Amino acid sequence: MKVTRKQFLQLSGLSLIAVTARKLVRGAANSTATESPKTIRWGMAIDVQKCRRKEGCNGCIKACHSTHNVPQFGDQAREVKWTWKQPFEDVFPFAQTQYTREVFADAPVLLMCNHCDDPPCQDVCPVDATWRTDEGVVTIDWHRCIGCRYCMAACPYGSRSFNWQDPRPAIPTVNPDFPTRTRGVVEKCNFCEERLAKRLPPVCVEACEEKALIFGDLEQADSEIRKVLHARFAVQRKPELGAGPSVYYLI
Amino acid sequence: MNDRPFILGGLLVFVVFVTAPIWHGVAARQVALAPLELKLPAQEKHCVAPVSYMRTSHMRLLDEWRTEVVRNQQRQYTAYDGKVYEMNLTRTCLSGCHGSQKEFCDRCHSYNGAAALNCWNCHSDAPLAARNAP
Repeated sequence: MKVTRKQFLQLSGLSLIAVTARKLVRGAANSTATESPKTIRWGMAIDVQKCRRKEGCNGCIKACHSTHNVPQFGDQAREVKWTWKQPFEDVFPFAQTQYTREVFADAPVLLMCNHCDDPPCQDVCPVDATWRTDEGVVTIDWHRCIGCRYCMAACPYGSRSFNWQDPRPAIPTVNPDFPTRTRGVVEKCNFCEERLAKRLPPVCVEACEEKALIFGDLEQADSEIRKVLHARFAVQRKPELGAGPSVYYLI
Repeated sequence: MNDRPFILGGLLVFVVFVTAPIWHGVAARQVALAPLELKLPAQEKHCVAPVSYMRTSHMRLLDEWRTEVVRNQQRQYTAYDGKVYEMNLTRTCLSGCHGSQKEFCDRCHSYNGAAALNCWNCHSDAPLAARNAP
C-alpha cells in the first residue's frame, strides 16, 4: 500500500489527538480519585504554669523515654533525648522583663520536637529520611537515615539527637513494641505517631498528672486544643523563623 | 626452537592459574548439603503469603510492609487468603509465628550463604504474645 504525503500527515495528526485525549481523560480520572481533604494537623499546647506546679516532676519525660527506648547516656555530649526541660529564660528570651524574671526564674519548660508546618529538617535531608506526614507529624525513617546530621544543624529548636554509639546497652528496659535505634542515626520525638494511629493521645499527655499538656487536632475548630488556644494567650518558640511549630506554650 | 616445551608448559600453568576460581566453583557446587530442617510454626498453618513466594521473596514483602507502615501509616495487611494481619515484624512475624530469630532467620540465612541480617539490630526479637489483628 502506498501512503501519500497527505495521508501520512492526516494519520500522524489523528494519533497525536488520540494520545492527548487519553492523557487528558486519565489525568481527570486520577485527580478526582486522589482528592481527599486534609483534615488532621496534630498539635500540642503546654501550660507552663501547670507544668511547673509540682517541682521536679518528670513523669512525661520518663514515660516518653521508656516507651520509645530512648537510651540514657550519662555523658551529656552523647545525650539522646526526645523530650526535655530547659529554663524559661533560655526558651523564651524575648519574654524577659524584670517581673517575669522574678516569677519564672529558672522555671523549667518542657521541650520537644515542634512538628513544624514547614520543617527545615525535611528540606535539608539528602535521603528523604525525614518528612511530614499527612497528619502533621514530622517523622524519621530510621531505615533510611545515613547519619549526616544535616537535620540537626537545620533544626532551630535542637530537637534532634544523634546516636554516637550503640544505644541498646544504655536502654534500661527495652519496650519490645517499639524499635530501638542503631549507631549512626538521628532520632527525635515522633508525637507518638504509633499511638496516634490507634487514636490514642501521646504518652506524655497521658502521663501528665497536672493535665498541663493539651493535645488535639489544630484543623478541627471544636477540638480541645483549639478552644484553649482561643481562650488563652499562647506563644510558639521562634515563630519569626517561619517554620510554623505545632507546639504552643500557654503562658 | 628448543624452548617449545617451556613455553607450552608455562602457558598451561598460566591457563590453569587464571581459571582456578572456575574449577574451584565447579568442585564446590558438587558438595551436597544436608537439607535444612527448620522448625515450622506450631500454632499457624499458613504464612501471610504462599510458601513458595515467601521462600524467594520475603525480603520484598518485608520491604513493602516497611514502606506501608513507615511512609504511609498503613498498619493492616490483607493476605492472599483474605486474612488481615498487623504489619509488625516483632509481633506478627516473629512472636506470632516463627518464634526465634536464631532458629529461623539466622539458620536459613547462614545455610544459604545469604547476607547477614540487620533487622534485629533495632527491632526487638524478644518473644511476645501476638496481638490479634483488629
